Amino acid sequence: MSATATPLIAMAPARRASAGLWSNALYRLRRDRLTLAAATTLTVLVVLSILAPLLAEHVFDRSFEQQDLLKTYHPPTLDPPAYLLGGDELGRSQVVRLLYGGQVSLFVGFVAAFMNLTIGIGLGLISGYFRGPVDDVITWFITTLNSIPIIFLLIIITTLFAPGALTLTIIIGLLFWTGITNFVRGQTFALREREFILAARTIGAASWRIMFRHVLPNILPLIFVLLAIDIGTIILAESALSYLGLGIVPPTPSWGNMLSNASTYFSRAWWLVVSPGATIFLTVLCLYLIGDGLRDALDPRLKGAS
Amino acid sequence: MSLTPTQTQDQKEAFIQRGRSTASAGSGRNLLEVSALKMHFPLTQGIIFQRQVGAVRAVDGIDFFVEKGETLGLVGESGCGKSTTGRAILQLYKPTGGSVKFEGTELTTLGGEQMRKMRRKMQMIFQDPYASLNPRMTVGNIIGEPLEVHHLAAGKAKTERVQELLRIVGLNPYFTNRYPHEFSGGQRQRIGVARALAVEPDFIVADEPISALDVSIQAQVINLLEELQEKFNLTYLFIAHDLSVVRHISDRVAVMYLGKIVELADRIDLYERPLHPYTQALLSAVPIPDPAVEQKRKRIILTGDVPSPVNPPTGCRFHTRCWKAQQICSEVDPEFIEHAPRHWAACHFPGA
Ligand SMILES: Nc1ncnc2c1ncn2[C@@H]1O[C@H](COP(=O)(O)OP(=O)(O)OP(=O)(O)O)[C@@H](O)[C@H]1O
Ligand code: SF4
Ligand SMILES: [Mg+2]
Repeated sequence: MSATATPLIAMAPARRASAGLWSNALYRLRRDRLTLAAATTLTVLVVLSILAPLLAEHVFDRSFEQQDLLKTYHPPTLDPPAYLLGGDELGRSQVVRLLYGGQVSLFVGFVAAFMNLTIGIGLGLISGYFRGPVDDVITWFITTLNSIPIIFLLIIITTLFAPGALTLTIIIGLLFWTGITNFVRGQTFALREREFILAARTIGAASWRIMFRHVLPNILPLIFVLLAIDIGTIILAESALSYLGLGIVPPTPSWGNMLSNASTYFSRAWWLVVSPGATIFLTVLCLYLIGDGLRDALDPRLKGAS
Repeated sequence: MSLTPTQTQDQKEAFIQRGRSTASAGSGRNLLEVSALKMHFPLTQGIIFQRQVGAVRAVDGIDFFVEKGETLGLVGESGCGKSTTGRAILQLYKPTGGSVKFEGTELTTLGGEQMRKMRRKMQMIFQDPYASLNPRMTVGNIIGEPLEVHHLAAGKAKTERVQELLRIVGLNPYFTNRYPHEFSGGQRQRIGVARALAVEPDFIVADEPISALDVSIQAQVINLLEELQEKFNLTYLFIAHDLSVVRHISDRVAVMYLGKIVELADRIDLYERPLHPYTQALLSAVPIPDPAVEQKRKRIILTGDVPSPVNPPTGCRFHTRCWKAQQICSEVDPEFIEHAPRHWAACHFPGA
């Protein structure tokens, strides 16, 4: 049979005019109820945190520092609304503190994770793609960094710099990328040997193009899962650091220091542990669900609900 | 003049004296000249400090040329180094040694950017149509990428060119928004062919382009490749592991064993007058369409396993499995010599 005479394979019925990975992903995401619910919940948490000062003033009529010694360990109540989630050991409004805490925790989590991701992806791609001496240097650096006890490093850094939200973000952002780098490096290493990467080299694609157009899109879905885990880990790590006095220092609230602080009074006022604990849990859960949903949405082999 | 195995040893000696040209020697019509090409993959041990403990000698000193417009078949058992040869020629692997000249330009010393530009002229069709297409790119992007990379077309012109290429390889031009997984093996291989054609190359390495396909569509893809060769004046290095496929499509055939080319000749010469015992063994396994001849066909069954390319046998690499082997075979590596015009072989006892 001659090629020109080969019957053209019957044209499929015109489907949605789709191009590119992203528009397809968006199309699929819109049909994924669970991911949508998680994204909505997370958005609500973020918006509420951003609006914290407004809500504090107009709805709860309380600042996050305002103490009321008559309301120490106040159980949750609807009246006044400032004690919706109870009062803490100084009689401060738990709900207002939680809102302000969200600003800090979400900022640290997202910004530091984004820094981790940028460094991790960049170094991981370079290391895995070029191998050789570049890879040796990067691997050596990671090994060295991982061999230093992070707590020890943090103690030094926090004695040198005031441990505010920004300091903490930068420290975590600059120190916790090694896991992502190792992951990206390993994936790149494996993908590099795949025939479609060889094919890209054969057509004359430059290294940057292969890394960003061929390698990255194939690991990106997993990176979203990783990013979700990373943000969750950072928010939890911040609470651990707060426990050691190395995180966000009171009176500035963060979900982390509220949790560690309240755990001391657990037997007297368990609700003070529940609200930051549940909020962190909810945030991390939403992040995981979104990461998972994005992974599926970005896989062209999985058909949408169509 | 051609020598048959029945001619006397004297005549052969005389010819060898006159014609001791190397198999890569340049005549003006050669598109590609490969000489002493070696590709060794280091074997390392240790996690942080890697020590080299040996090497896989996947390609271990081969010489040949490819003439403009011809198809050179490259045949050999699995693992003998065929793909590695193709990839080392295209500089996808950096050769350990030797030279690769394309249109007179030495490729092994070319800088990264110059080589990238050279890639317009030489392309590859891959063995596995599933692994060789990026699963996260649409067909339009896959075929359009070479156009972007070499700035051959952009925007609407690019779309049109992609559609034209799809038409050339016999696919529906409106498939551009689809993903590779939506296609069958044969269709995927056509996409791979379209991608290779996009840059209008002169030379294509076809690495077992049909071995992963259903028997029913193998012939279609072969026919497509032949048509394209005629239409676009292409030169092929056609890799296969079986002499019957190559017989149909090749002008000349090279036989490879354990990292070396053991015989190279015009197609008819090779099939009718094989000089190397390994070629003879491979040929004896190819069924002959004529029943009378087929009945008389004597199969030569090779015993023993293919030795490891990490530690190839001394002397002639084939001596561990060769029924004609003598003392000298395990001691002296036979030279790759032109025993008859355009008929090279590496054997101490060539012929019937
Ligand atoms: N990147 C690599 N690193 C190490 N060894 C390799 C590499 N590529 C190939 N080899 C080895 O080199 C030898 C030749 O491999 P190659 O793929 O060239 O064989 P082939 O003739 O194409 O086989 P097949 O018919 O199975 O495709 C094999 O022993 C293989 O294991
Ligand atoms: S040189 Fe000897 S062992 Fe090698 S192929 Fe010829 S006869 Fe066989
Ligand atoms: Mg191969």
